[in-house]
Amino acid sequence: MSQRLTGAEALVRSLEQVGVEVVFGLPGGAILPVYDPLIDSSIRHILVRHEQGAGHMAQGYYWSTGKPGVAVVTSGPGATNILTPITDAFMDSVPMVVIAGQVSRAAIGSDAFQEAPTFNMTMPVTKHNYVVMDPAEIPQVVAEAFHLATTGRPGPVFIDLPKDVAASEMDWWWPEDPAANLAGYRPTTSGHPKQVKEAIRLLAESARPVIYAGGGILKARAAAELREFAEKTRVPVVTTLMARGALPDDHELCLGMPGMHGNYAAVTSLQRSDLLLALGSRFDDRVTGRVADFAPDAKVVHVDIDPAELSKVRHADVPIVGDCRIVIDSLVKEFDKSERRREERGDPPPDRDAWLVQIEVWRDKFPYRYVEGSDDKVVKPQYVIERLCAAAPDATVVGGVGQHQMFASQWWRFSRPYQWINSGGLGTMGFAIPAAVGAKAGDPDRVVWAIDGDGCFQMTLQELITASVERIPVKIAILNNGYLGMVRQWQELFYEERYSEVHLGTDIPDYVKLAEAMGCVGFRVDTVPDVDAVIAKAMEIDDQPVVIDFRIDPMEKVYPMVPAGTSNDGLLLGPAYGQVEDERELTALADSDGAAPMTHGGEDEPPPEHPEGHIELDKGGF
Amino acid sequence: MSAMEPHLTTLSVLVENQPGVLARVAGLIARRGYNIESLAVGPTDDPGFSRMTLVVDQTQTHVEQIVKQLYKLINVIKIIELDPTDSIERELLLVRVACTAETRFQVLELAEIFEAKVADVGAESVALELSGPPSRLNDLLELVEQHGIKEVARTGRIGLERARKRAAI
Repeated sequence: MSQRLTGAEALVRSLEQVGVEVVFGLPGGAILPVYDPLIDSSIRHILVRHEQGAGHMAQGYYWSTGKPGVAVVTSGPGATNILTPITDAFMDSVPMVVIAGQVSRAAIGSDAFQEAPTFNMTMPVTKHNYVVMDPAEIPQVVAEAFHLATTGRPGPVFIDLPKDVAASEMDWWWPEDPAANLAGYRPTTSGHPKQVKEAIRLLAESARPVIYAGGGILKARAAAELREFAEKTRVPVVTTLMARGALPDDHELCLGMPGMHGNYAAVTSLQRSDLLLALGSRFDDRVTGRVADFAPDAKVVHVDIDPAELSKVRHADVPIVGDCRIVIDSLVKEFDKSERRREERGDPPPDRDAWLVQIEVWRDKFPYRYVEGSDDKVVKPQYVIERLCAAAPDATVVGGVGQHQMFASQWWRFSRPYQWINSGGLGTMGFAIPAAVGAKAGDPDRVVWAIDGDGCFQMTLQELITASVERIPVKIAILNNGYLGMVRQWQELFYEERYSEVHLGTDIPDYVKLAEAMGCVGFRVDTVPDVDAVIAKAMEIDDQPVVIDFRIDPMEKVYPMVPAGTSNDGLLLGPAYGQVEDERELTALADSDGAAPMTHGGEDEPPPEHPEGHIELDKGGF
Repeated sequence: MSAMEPHLTTLSVLVENQPGVLARVAGLIARRGYNIESLAVGPTDDPGFSRMTLVVDQTQTHVEQIVKQLYKLINVIKIIELDPTDSIERELLLVRVACTAETRFQVLELAEIFEAKVADVGAESVALELSGPPSRLNDLLELVEQHGIKEVARTGRIGLERARKRAAI
C-alpha cells in the first residue's frame, strides 16, 4: 500500500527524488505547509533576506554546479519579488525551478490576502508554468518541471501551489518517465546530417571564417568540443558576454568579447568575415549593432537548440537545430571526413594565412587599453580588475550590470568555462551579490569574487547578511565611482554632459561600516599601492564575506564602444587611442573620416567607416 | 498596388486541453507583436485536445516565426498551415438587419439567394445566420448593408485540410 503524504511532504520528497540539495527561499503564509517537512529533509535551505535574492542565488548555483537552481517563496509579494530573477533566467536560458505558495483554491480570484495572479504573471517569462490543483499531481509536476528546465533550451519553470493543496493528502507515487505526458515537447538534439555537411562545405570555401560562440556552448557543456573544433579547423573564436571562458582567453584562437564594448579584433573580425559559424549565439543587438550593417559579407551557419532563434534576427544560410555539444561533435567528424577527401584529391588546404595575420595585426595594434591615472590617488577600474585577476586567476567571477560588468568581462583573463557569471539579456542591476552567494553555496571550495558597482551593490546588499549568517564567504569588490556609471557615460557622450539623476555619492553609505554591520569584513582602497595590499588581505580571509570599497576614477568610461543602433564599423576606441571623448568632437572626427581607429593595421582592408559620415545616436536604445 | 493588401493565411493549432492554454497562445501573440485577424477555439473529438484556428496577415507578420514560437509552448502539439487551395475553411455569421414590413421581403430574398437561415424575426429587424467560406459571408454583409446592419457576430474562421482524392498507392 502506498504511503499517505500531505502535498507539502510530497513536494519535498519530489525535490529529493530529482536530486535537489540546496534551495533558496523565504517563508510566508501560503507556503507555510511546505516549510514544515523541509525541517526533516536532507535539503539545505538558505534563508534569504529578499525573494529577489533567492532567484539570483538559484541562478548562481546553476552556473557553479551545472544543476538547476531552486527557489521557494510565498504567494503574492513573495512571488512578485522573484519575477525579476525569473525573467533574468528566461533571457539567459538558465535552468531554474521556482515554487511559490498560493492562496487556497477556494480563495483564488477573490483578491484574498497576499493573492496575486502569479500563474498569469509568470506565463510570458517562463519556459513553462503550473498551478497545482490536486495534490496527487505534485510528483508529476515536479518531475516535469525539472525535465523542462534542464532539457532543450533550458529556462525557468514556475510552480504555483495553493496552500490547501499543500495541506491535503495524497497517495505517494513517482512517475517513471517525466516526459510521459509531454506530447508537445520533443527538442531536437542532433543536427541534420545534410546541414552539417553543408556547413563544412561552406567552411572549406571560406577565406575569412569566424566562430561566434554564445551562451549555448556553456548550456550544452560543449566547451571541450568547441575547442577541438576550433583547433582542428584553425578558425578564430569570439566569445560573447554569455560565453566568456568557453574558450580560455589565453588560447591563441580566442579573440575575446565582440559587441558594443568588445575589443577591436573581435568586433572587426566578425564585420569582415565571409562565414560566421554561430554556435549557441542569438545575434543579440548588443553583439550586432545595427543589424543591417552586421558582418555584411558573411554567410551564416547557425546552430541552436531553439529553432525559433534561427533566422529570427539574421538569415541563416545553413540553419542547424540541435544541441551544441552533439552538433559540434558532428561538425568535427564531418570536417575530418572532408579533410581526408581533400588529401586524397591532393588539393591544398584553404589558404587563410592572410586572414589570420590580419586578425593578429588587429589584436596587436588595438588591444583593450586605458589611460593610466595621473598619480597614485587615481585608481582605474580596469587596473583593479587586472590585480584581482592576478591574485585569484581561477576564481569564479560574478558581475552586476553596468560599467563594472564590462570592465570585468574585458579585463579578467578567463581560463575556464563557468568562471564568469552575469546577467546578460535582462541586464539586472543587483545581480552580483546574490548570484555570488548562490555560486559559492554550490561550489564552496572555489574563491568567488563579485565585481559590483556602487549602484548595483545598494540594490541587493542585504544578501550579505544571508552570506554571513549562512557562512558563505564570498568576496565583493565594489568599483565605487559614486555614479550610476553607465547611465552617466551615456549622458556624458550623448546628452551633452547634462547629468540627470545619476550621482549617488561615494561616501553614503559608509561601505566599510555597512559591511561590518552585516557580519562581513570591510576594507576601503583609495590609492593605487593599496590595491594589491588590500586584495591580499581579502584573499587571506576564508571564513567571512569580505567587501572592498574601491574608490575609482569617477569619470572613467568603457571603451571601445559602438553607440547603440549604429554600425559596428564605427567602433570608438576611446582616449587611450588618442580619441577625444567629447561627443561634438567625436562627430567632427567622424565627419573628417578619422574616427576609429586612428592608426591602421591592415594593408588591404577598407578603413572603418561611419555610415552617412556621422554617428547616429540612438538615445532610446540604452 | 496590391503589395500591402492583406494576404491571409490560416494556422490550425492542435493544443492540449489544459487550463491557461488560450492565455498562453494569446499572450505569446500579443507580446511578440504579431497581428492576428481572428482566433477561434473549440474542442476536438478527443477531450484531451482543443483546436485553435488563427488567421494571420502574411504581409504584416512573419508566419514562420509565429509557428516556431508557438511550437515552443509546451501545450502546443501540432501546427498545420492551411493552404487555401487544399483546405476547407468556414465561418459562421449572425447578422441583424434593420427592416420594415415593406423591406423585410427584400432581406428575406437575399437570405434565400445565399441560403442563409432566418434565425430571428422582429418587428423592425431580421436576424440571419450563414455559414460558409468567409468571402461569402462578406458578400452577404455587403448586400444587406443598404438596409442597415444593427449587429454582427462572427466566429472567426475554422478549417481542415482536404482529404486526399485518391488513396495513396
